[in-house]
Amino acid sequence: MGSHLWNRKHLLGMADLSREEIQSILDAAASLREVNRREIKKVPTLRGKTVINLFFENSTRTRTSFELAGKRMSADVINMSASSSSVKKGETLIDTMATLQAMNPDLVVIRHPESGAQEFLARHLDAAIVNAGDGRHEHPTQALLDLLTMHDHLPLLERESFEGLVVAVCGDSLHSRVARSIALGLRTMGGEVRFVGPPGLMPPRAEEAFGARVYHSMEEGLEGAHVVMALRLQLERMSVGFIPSVREYFAFWGLTRARLARAAPGAFVMHPGPINRGVEISSEVADDRERSVILEQVANGLAVRMAVLYRLCGMGGGR
Amino acid sequence: MSATSTREEILFSAIQTRAVIQQMADRILTGLVRPENLVVVGIRRGGAVVAGLLRERLNAALGTAIPMGFLDITFYRDDLRTIAPNPVVGATDLAMSIDGRRILLVDDVLFTGRTIRAALNALFDYGRPESVQLAVLVDRGGRQLPIQPDYAGGLFDAGARETIKLVERDKEWSVVRRRPEE
Repeated sequence: MGSHLWNRKHLLGMADLSREEIQSILDAAASLREVNRREIKKVPTLRGKTVINLFFENSTRTRTSFELAGKRMSADVINMSASSSSVKKGETLIDTMATLQAMNPDLVVIRHPESGAQEFLARHLDAAIVNAGDGRHEHPTQALLDLLTMHDHLPLLERESFEGLVVAVCGDSLHSRVARSIALGLRTMGGEVRFVGPPGLMPPRAEEAFGARVYHSMEEGLEGAHVVMALRLQLERMSVGFIPSVREYFAFWGLTRARLARAAPGAFVMHPGPINRGVEISSEVADDRERSVILEQVANGLAVRMAVLYRLCGMGGGR
Repeated sequence: MSATSTREEILFSAIQTRAVIQQMADRILTGLVRPENLVVVGIRRGGAVVAGLLRERLNAALGTAIPMGFLDITFYRDDLRTIAPNPVVGATDLAMSIDGRRILLVDDVLFTGRTIRAALNALFDYGRPESVQLAVLVDRGGRQLPIQPDYAGGLFDAGARETIKLVERDKEWSVVRRRPEE
């Protein structure tokens, strides 16, 4: 029964995952959460497996989450960041890969500023590859943790499945791999995605590419939404001129209590973090214990990454 | 794939299952010293069913509610790569402290002993019980580890290609043996 839910060697994106595959990760994650509440927070599942975290972009949160996930599953975890490795000394991606290959890891978690870098590496490495974010392209573990968090709250919204769940993704979808991945995941699960934000920060052809309807007003976009997800304004990814000023951005696109009132009763608020208070979300909304599930997302991130490591290593870890 | 037919034989009918559970409960009660210290722990999935049925009989005899928990041993298995790459994952539910308690570990079918090995490892991640005893509905032989049950409902020698399963029909539980027909 259910013996072929997951047959993939790599997790590169949400685009080609089936509903069953997504569900198999969510189920394992839901079970693994229990490990994180124990006194002894460790299971022996991945004993003897080696996981390398290879980060070409800074990210303390995601890296820490993957590191802890690996350790709680009993894998040996090594962190490598571009700033501390030979990448800074001019090594090419392929040379870095060959060096890693020689260490024979079972799984490599990669974050890279270029879209598609992981796919390229997956073709040249024996190890299983997990995409921990590539440029503007995808961030599948973030989408999976978001789906798990939404799944937890379905009963509160008096819903049995993702079918018909309306999720408003607010802000800079153009630069956001989080927006792309969650839109693709929700489309597969049967949810309805809206991209809400200024025209200049919306990806072209959002409807065909991600199944997302575009709204250029917060009031319209939030109307009746079950989940409101605020995206971080990624100033570091922007060349000049995308927005006039941070204050003006908040005035038009900030998630405030008044705007949230347009959403469905009991709607809850998500944010991939780190949050910019007073930029894309007001402190009042971010700290609202009734509505904001931002810290649950962090806890679920750990469980989801444990589940991903488990499913991929269960496939043979690249050998 | 051509339909390979399976021959099915009932080892315990619903009535027999109930009788066997009652006998096991009686034997457990005979040796029981401090009932207030007992905790019943079922191994998911089949063991959880047997644990529930067994505890019902023990509760009825003792007039108390014995604490019960469930173990999911997926993350403790030793066959991550060989047999079950994608097991359906259940949840462990051990709300009570098991330190110093007498654990009655329950499973439906005892075969190689590897599940029990994994369950013992899992159990000891939750605390240090005073003792652990093993109760199984069916012992089918074929052990690969030095693990024996303290209480077994029935003993059936089963071949490697046969499966013995606890099955539910009309809200009653019975035990069947299935073998592929040549």
